Amino acid sequence: MLRRLLKNFRYGVIPVPGRVIAVVFFLFLYLFPVISGHPLYMRMFIFTSIFAIFAVSWDLLSGYTGLVNFGHALFFGVAAYTTGLLYKFLGWQPSVTIPLAVLAAVAAGVLTCFPALKLRGPYLSLLTLAFPLMLLGLVMFFREYTGAEYGIPGLPSIAGSQTGEYYICLIAMTASVLIMWKLTDAGSRYVRTGLIFHAIREDEIAARATGINTIRYKLLAFAVGGFFAGLAGALYAHTHGIVSISSLNLTMSFQAVIWVIFGGIVSIYGGVVGVYILYPLVFLSRRVEALFSAMQKALPNVAATVPLAKILEFLHELAGRPYLVLAVIVILILLFMPEGIAVWIRNKIERECPRCKLTNAAWRRECRACGASLH
Amino acid sequence: MIGRIIVHTLVSGGVFAILAIGFSLIFGVARVLNLAHTAFFTLAAFGTFYLLSSVVGLELAVAPAIIIVVIIVGLLGMLAYKLVINPVREHHAAVLLITIALAMIAEQVLVWRFGGQHRTIRFLVPGTVDIFGMTIANQNLLTLGVVAVAIVAVWLILSKTKLGIAIRAVANDTEIAGLMGISASRVLMITMGIATALAAIAGVVMAPLTTIAPGMWAPPLMTVMVVVIIGGLGSIKGSIIGAFILGLVSAVSVIDPLALLRGGGAYLNMTFILAAMVIVLIVRPSGLFGTLFEEEKL
Repeated sequence: MLRRLLKNFRYGVIPVPGRVIAVVFFLFLYLFPVISGHPLYMRMFIFTSIFAIFAVSWDLLSGYTGLVNFGHALFFGVAAYTTGLLYKFLGWQPSVTIPLAVLAAVAAGVLTCFPALKLRGPYLSLLTLAFPLMLLGLVMFFREYTGAEYGIPGLPSIAGSQTGEYYICLIAMTASVLIMWKLTDAGSRYVRTGLIFHAIREDEIAARATGINTIRYKLLAFAVGGFFAGLAGALYAHTHGIVSISSLNLTMSFQAVIWVIFGGIVSIYGGVVGVYILYPLVFLSRRVEALFSAMQKALPNVAATVPLAKILEFLHELAGRPYLVLAVIVILILLFMPEGIAVWIRNKIERECPRCKLTNAAWRRECRACGASLH
Repeated sequence: MIGRIIVHTLVSGGVFAILAIGFSLIFGVARVLNLAHTAFFTLAAFGTFYLLSSVVGLELAVAPAIIIVVIIVGLLGMLAYKLVINPVREHHAAVLLITIALAMIAEQVLVWRFGGQHRTIRFLVPGTVDIFGMTIANQNLLTLGVVAVAIVAVWLILSKTKLGIAIRAVANDTEIAGLMGISASRVLMITMGIATALAAIAGVVMAPLTTIAPGMWAPPLMTVMVVVIIGGLGSIKGSIIGAFILGLVSAVSVIDPLALLRGGGAYLNMTFILAAMVIVLIVRPSGLFGTLFEEEKL
């Protein structure tokens, strides 16, 4: 068993740069509490794990099937409010409320799917955009239950310590991403869903003509997307300690889309990369701002440093507006790297063998298995 | 009471109407769902504020200030279309994302330049008039007049001029319009200019009647989307009728919310309006007067 694992590692991971990066990345995440354990960065990585689940669930639902959902916050918010309300009024513990919240999100996914079956393109996006906002209106109206803009504070943590929370969220993220990756793997011999999702996106009528019940698979996509987005929402509620209306607003829906498109749509790993780059950017913007400010103060006040000070002041202002930076990045990525940064990098460092379809490092002359020339 | 409802309906309905016409025009012609539409409205409101405030030291007269703002915002719209929207026009998800990003940029830049607080602008024209025993601020009449002129102007451009014929031809079939010697990309850019100029006009005449803030683009965006979906995406007649329906709803709920909903009524208002949009989308996706293209049907 161990020997097979080692052999797999030696011949399946080491020669492919993308897999090496993935392994190193996960090793780093799992060892991070041991290496540093700084509470601020721990907190940041807890949230990045949770949002990675959220982003990848959007990729599975919208990237793969082409049903562009602009109201993904609905599932996140439904789960967050379910677990919050169950705790507030019944006093149930997270071990009970999180599974129930996830079920509620799956129900929301299935319910959203029925009207969505009739529409496509921009009409579908507008329809899904409306759902979380409708729920937001209800949340604001029933303020004695939901606390409206104050939210539901004081939710219990899912673990005794921050390290515990960190590992629970990280393991949940790893498991979710693995499951969604296997579920959408178009080359898999065991699961056909990946192939069928691709078929639905490319040509739904043709897929139906080959005997695929596309409605069933769309329902499945919405249910699975709702499941994982709900898991993220419930975990977020308990690690953040408060359920607030920000879990339902437009920003939350668009964030998922932005993360996935930045990293690479229809790839699963793209969503993870997008979250792990962009979320720290926003999360740490205050610290970066302080850093620039300190550098500016440290400069000697002579004429030669004036342009440098101007640049630092500009950077300082910019760091204070992370959403401005984010929006500019989104536009640049969509215009110049529409396949997403992770896929773009992967295409640079990996090449598929034209004969045996095995992935090789881009700098190899011939295929590592069959020896065919790669150029 | 009824008089106030009528005035409010006409004013807010009129402003929504020219916002919705612009939104619908660019969707109908270029199939671009421009979520940054009301960001241009916000830019115009702030432009008016900037040009009319004594802070700048310009203190322009009202009329040139309005014209400058509308022209600049229209040009900005054309620039945004040319640089970022046109390259991704075929992918509707990318268009939605890029336009929302544009709106975020506009908001952030306004916060950066002006701060996030709410501001008020003085009425563009002072004084009031009495009509049928009601006192109406001249500003309301100006808003109504400008809206009416803008609607008539757009209608004339679209139906009588060569440009209007070209725009309608491109909306019907881009390829055939190209074969007839129409430069589709230029027509689309001009259409975007007209659409954003309309949003700018709405911003200029609405700014004195409300408080302005960098985040003011989001609520009217929702309303405009509901208006054009009820009226039918791509239909100008539908946009006008939908806008006055929504104007009536908002007038009734602002002035006297139904007793049942008093209190949290404003929040449920949004839920109900969006629910109406969802029902229209499910039952009749083309809205009251819109047309669906063959490839968008299921």
